[in-house]
Parts: sequence; C-alpha cells; structure tokens
Amino acid sequence: MNPALQGLITILVGVGGCVGYFYFSNQILDKVIFPAKGPKAGDNINRANQVRPWLFLFPAIFALGLYLGYPVIETLRLSLTDRAQGGAFVGFANYNQMMAEPKFWEAIRNNMLWLIVVPAASTGFGLLVAQLTDRISWGNIAKSLIFMPMAISFVGASVIFKLIYDARPAETAQIGILNAIWMQFDAGFGSLFVLQLLPTIVLLGFAAIVGYTAYVLVSPIIDREGQRSVSFIPLRLIGALLGVWLVWMSLSSLIGVWTANPPYGEPQQWLTLPFWNNFFLMVVLIWIQTGFAMVILSAALRGIPEETIEAAIIDGANPFQIFFKIKVPQIMGTIVVVWTTITITVLKVFDIVFAMTNGQWETQVLANYMYDKLFRANDWGVGSASAMVIMLLVTPILVWNVYNARKEMR
Amino acid sequence: MSDTVGTKSALGWAVHISVAALVLLWLFPTVGLLISSFRTADQISASGWWASLSTSEQVIQVRTGGRDAASEQDGVFVVQGNILTDGEDAPGAVEIVDYGVSSRAIGAYQIGETAEFGDGETLTLNADGTYLYTSVEEPGRRGQRVFVTALLPPDFTTENYQTVLFSGTGQDNMAKAFFNTLTVVIPATIIPILIAAFAAYALAWMEFPGRALLIAAVVGLLVVPLQLALIPLLQLHNAVGIGKGYLGVWLAHTGFGLPLAIYLLRNYMVGLPRDIIENARVDGATDFQIFVRIILPLSFPALASFAIFQFLWTWNDLLVALVFLIDATGETTVMTRQIVELLGTRGGNWEILATAAFVSIAVPLAVFFAMQRYLVRGLLAGSVK
Repeated sequence: MNPALQGLITILVGVGGCVGYFYFSNQILDKVIFPAKGPKAGDNINRANQVRPWLFLFPAIFALGLYLGYPVIETLRLSLTDRAQGGAFVGFANYNQMMAEPKFWEAIRNNMLWLIVVPAASTGFGLLVAQLTDRISWGNIAKSLIFMPMAISFVGASVIFKLIYDARPAETAQIGILNAIWMQFDAGFGSLFVLQLLPTIVLLGFAAIVGYTAYVLVSPIIDREGQRSVSFIPLRLIGALLGVWLVWMSLSSLIGVWTANPPYGEPQQWLTLPFWNNFFLMVVLIWIQTGFAMVILSAALRGIPEETIEAAIIDGANPFQIFFKIKVPQIMGTIVVVWTTITITVLKVFDIVFAMTNGQWETQVLANYMYDKLFRANDWGVGSASAMVIMLLVTPILVWNVYNARKEMR
Repeated sequence: MSDTVGTKSALGWAVHISVAALVLLWLFPTVGLLISSFRTADQISASGWWASLSTSEQVIQVRTGGRDAASEQDGVFVVQGNILTDGEDAPGAVEIVDYGVSSRAIGAYQIGETAEFGDGETLTLNADGTYLYTSVEEPGRRGQRVFVTALLPPDFTTENYQTVLFSGTGQDNMAKAFFNTLTVVIPATIIPILIAAFAAYALAWMEFPGRALLIAAVVGLLVVPLQLALIPLLQLHNAVGIGKGYLGVWLAHTGFGLPLAIYLLRNYMVGLPRDIIENARVDGATDFQIFVRIILPLSFPALASFAIFQFLWTWNDLLVALVFLIDATGETTVMTRQIVELLGTRGGNWEILATAAFVSIAVPLAVFFAMQRYLVRGLLAGSVK
C-alpha cells in the first residue's frame, strides 16, 4: 500500500478511533451500565462520574505505560541477562564487562565534559542575550534570530558545522571558515593576541566569575548573620567544590595556553584533534540550546518587579550590580529549571555525535555508545546496561522535578 | 537595563553592538550553508562561501575547441573562438587576468602573449576570451586544457535544488525521503494530541483518587530517556507483528510525545476559568460535552504549542526512525537518515550535502517563523515555574 495512503488511513482510524472511543464509552457508561433513570438514578449518576475519569485517562495511561513505563523495567531486566545465552540471568556481568571497556570510560568522561560545558555555556549566553535585548527596540528580531536554530535538526546542524570545520590541503583555498581564519595566523603579534592574550583574559574572567559564584554559595554558611536560615547546604557545598575545581582547571590550562606551540600554516582537521574535538561538537548543541535558554530567561527577566530595580538605581547601584545582585538572584529558580532541562537534553545527545564523528577520535558519548552496542555489536545486555547508566544520571533530576511539581500542587 | 533613568549612551551603543555581533555569529553558520547550496561544486571548492558575495579571483579550467572546430590553413590546424563560451561549463561575464596551459604553471602567460604547448601547438588569448590556437598535428577530439585566472562576479544557481528535488539519482534525490518524513510526521503529530487532551482534561477538572499521583508520574516520565525504550519496544513490535515500519514509528512517537502533551495541556486547562465549566455543569452538560464544546476550543493555543513541538521533534528525529522505521531495504528512509548517509559517502560534495540539508531544514524553519508565538508560549508553559 502507498505509505501516504496508509498515513491518511492511520490518521482517520487514529482520530476516528479516539473520538469514537471517547464518545461511545461515555454513551455506554451513561445509557447502559449506569442509566440515569429508574429507582437508582442518583446512585447511578454518581457511580458513572466515578468511572468516567478513567475512561478519559485510559488510552493515555495505556500508551504511557506501554511505551515508557514498561521499557524501563524491561531494560533493567535485559541489562541483567545475556542474549547469547538465550536470555539467561547473568547478574551484573554486563555491567562488569562494560566497566572493563575503555570506550565506556571515554564516553563517561566526555559526557561529564558535555554536562559541565553545554548547560553552562547555553545558560550563560542565553542570559546574556536575554539581558542585552531586554530594552532595545529591535530586541524581538534579535531574539527571534538567535532562537532560530531550535527549529534546525541536530543532523542539519551537524552538516552546517561540518562545513565550518572543513579542511582542504594547505595550497588550495580553505572553504571552512575556521581553517580560513586559522591560516591567517603566523605566530606574529596578531596570533599572540588572539590565541594567547584573549584566551588568558577569557580564562581569568571565567575563573573570577566561577570563584565569585562559589563564594556566594558558601558565604551564607560561613557567617550566619541574623536569623536567616540557609537552605540546600549540601547542594551549596557541592556547587562550591565544583566551582573550586573549575577555577583550578582554568588556571592550570593557562599554562597550556602559554606553552603550547600550535602548528601555524597547516589546515587542521578539527574533528580529529583528540579532546578538543569534543568542544567542537559541543558548540553545535550550545548553538541550538542558547535560544531556548534565552526565551525562558527573557520572560523571567520581564517578570522581575520593577520596584526592586528602581530602588537599586536610587541607591546608586551600577548596571552590573543591578544585574548580578538584583536580577540574577530573583530569577535563580528559572536558571535552575533551564539548566536542568538542558542537562537532560545533553544526556540524550546522540544525533550530533552520530552524524559528525560517530564516536571516533575519542568523542564517544553514552547515547552513541549505547546505540553502538545495541545495533552494531548486537549486544543487548551491555547496551541495556549503558541505557540504565543514562537513566541513573537522569534520576536525580526526575526526582527533583516530581518533588517540585508536588510542592506546587499543594 | 537601567536606560530608563538615563545611563551613559556609550553603554547603550555597546549593547547595540554586542547584540548585533551575537546575532551575526548565530546566523553565520546557517547563512553559510544556504549560500553554499546555491553554488556549483567548482565554485564551492574554489573559494569560501563568504567570498562568493563579492567579485573573486578564481582559476577556471576551460578547453579550446577540438578537432571538429579546427580548420587547416597553410599546413597548420587553426582553431578560433571564444574560450569562455566554447566549453561545457564555462561561466559568462568574467574578466580574464592571465592564463596558463599547464596545471603546474597557472598564470604563466599574460593576456595577448602566445603560449607554447611544446609540441608545435600555440595559443594566444585575448582579454575578451577570444583565442587563436594553432597546431602542426591534427588536434585531439576534445581540444587543449587551458587554466584561466579570472575575476568572477557573484554567481548563483538553483541547479543543486533541481538535482536534489527532481533529477538526482539514488542518494542524491531527497524527494522520496521528503515524502517519507512527511508521512511519519503528520499522523505522529495529530494522534497524541487527542489522547493527551482527554487525559489532560481528566487530570485538570475531574476529581478522583490518585490524581496527584498520576500528575507526578507524568512529570517523571517527561525526562525518561527514550533510549531505554528502544530494545524492549522493538521486541514488542516484532512480537505482535508490527515489525519495522510506519505503524511502529507512529506508535512510538505517540508514546514518547504523550508526557509533554499531557503536561502542557493540563497546565493550560487548569488555568481556564472555573465559572464557565461549573455553569455548564449546572446547565446539565456532561463531561464529554464540556470537553468538546468548551475546553477544546479554549485550549487552542496550548494545542498549537504542542503540535509545533511534536512537529519539530518528529521532523528532526533520527534515532526513533532508525530504530522503528528504516528496515534493510531502505525504502522508508527519512531525510535525517539520508543526510547522515550522504555525510558518509559524499562528505566532500558540499553542493549536494548543503542543498539536501537545506531542503530538510526549510520546512521546520518556515513553521518556526510562522508560529513562533505559540512555540514560545509552549516553552514558557512547559518550564517556567
């Protein structure tokens, strides 16, 4: 059958089936099972109303259970069995086998890098753009253009960035913009400025911001003036430790910036440079996710009560103080939501790596590792085990979201 | 920021400039692909796309006329003509800088100079492209190669789109994959909406035990990675006889889209005015009537938001299609999958790649710009608390 025709029939059957189901199940409930007449009319109406929600919910609960609930359990079971032995229970053998693979640890390491860099950069850029466009006349156009990559598929974005990273032999014209710029560097003052001075400033600035954030997180714990209770002490400590580690990382990479001896005049295959290629892949996701962060943070900035800002201005605060001390604390909740949402996207990132490097040159990530195991090596045990690792990493966010949702409903 | 109370205009300018820089930075990659898709393969490999917007100096390879164009005069074979129009793909409207007759000595001769091929052949090229070619022996069928360095004005073509959409063969032709994608997307967008709308109404406006628990479950399922579902569901589909195919991918997309659909719609429906619904109840309307006559029409913005999300997600999806749809025959391949294959096999053919990618990007972009309002509203309803 022609797929288009099949599609049309499916739409008709699907939509008609849904409408028919809801209509007739309600009719049967009201007219046949619990008719609203006769001696027990009142009872029947009440009973029908008790059953009705489940009629409305049944298709959704069925689909959710079958397509999301059941697979979680089944994947857990599969991760404990071995397909080659006819599905025999093997305990944690798959997990042990996975832990022994260097590719798995490479994927974990890369995933951790992705988890730190992408949410931080996307949220940071998003906040920056949201703040900058807040009061300018063409802000909406600017936001709409920066938001645009959200509509582009990961695969399409991969093609876009592959063109940027393209490398041609040194004697021919470079058609990738990154190499075209790279070929301009010649170890002179210009390259010293762009490749060493500028990164130094950026790294120092980054270290300063992270250090300040860590300080802000810890300071309420250290000096508890007044009776203000401090919430989330463990979270604050973890955040602060992470901050210290990031400061250390950025300061130690400063040495690298000044001691490196880059190969000037040679076009680089950016996607095959170990370690750094991860960042070239992350840029794709940051490019896509910044728009998302911007839209949400921009709405949050608009929601800040005007009086707080006016009061700060009257008290003589400068624009930076207003931003960091008045605005950011008020939208902290939204920043956390944006951060966690992007974190989940990052954990599931598959298409970008699959299309651009397929995990070669040390760019493997968990989702692609899992796909490799499931569909190339046909090893369902280890594949399911790595899927469970992804699930495990998502779980804290899941619990946090559910906790917040329940809190709101009360 | 605080412009309201009169900040220095220098800061204002800095804001304008940095926003402009950021916007350009964000647009730059997409623009590059768009422009590349309108250039020929030769143009793409001769210069970066940013150079195509202005007149650029390029080496083009052309041929003199061959045996058929030659005439014998005084014992030598002579070919006369215009080098820029004789060849198969020589561009018009160019200005010649210099030329050469060997790939190792491009630009060895000035205009008007006579070049020697070394075996009794000579060539004289004029600025307007006319040339005089002489040879002692009878020329070959295809004529001699000439490397002309020329100033080319911006030149674009829609030939790539012709190839990718209509005339291309095999992997180069995206038409089939385009319709396959469309076939996946439309049912996968419409079906979850209805199921979710009924469920959302129940969760928002009906009282029953376990409601809070169900809402919490939906919130939890929102973040469950669909990676977990691949193998169990594929097994299930094989067991019940669906196998790999459209039905499987429609069902999978429906299942994966439901949590967001229910969540978005419920959040919206809860905010609808209670009076309307209670008045309708008092007037004797059943829940089914309330839902169809009142809730559905009022919830249109939320329905549109989710429809856009689901459309973008299913159109751009690769993983679900790979697992549930595309079988060994490859008859049902979707665009994302075909582009990934092109990246592998035709990684250097940017004219095909760029055009294929842009064909797949164009539809979501159009939807995005047309319905941005609903998309933003949906995002805000989905995450801001």
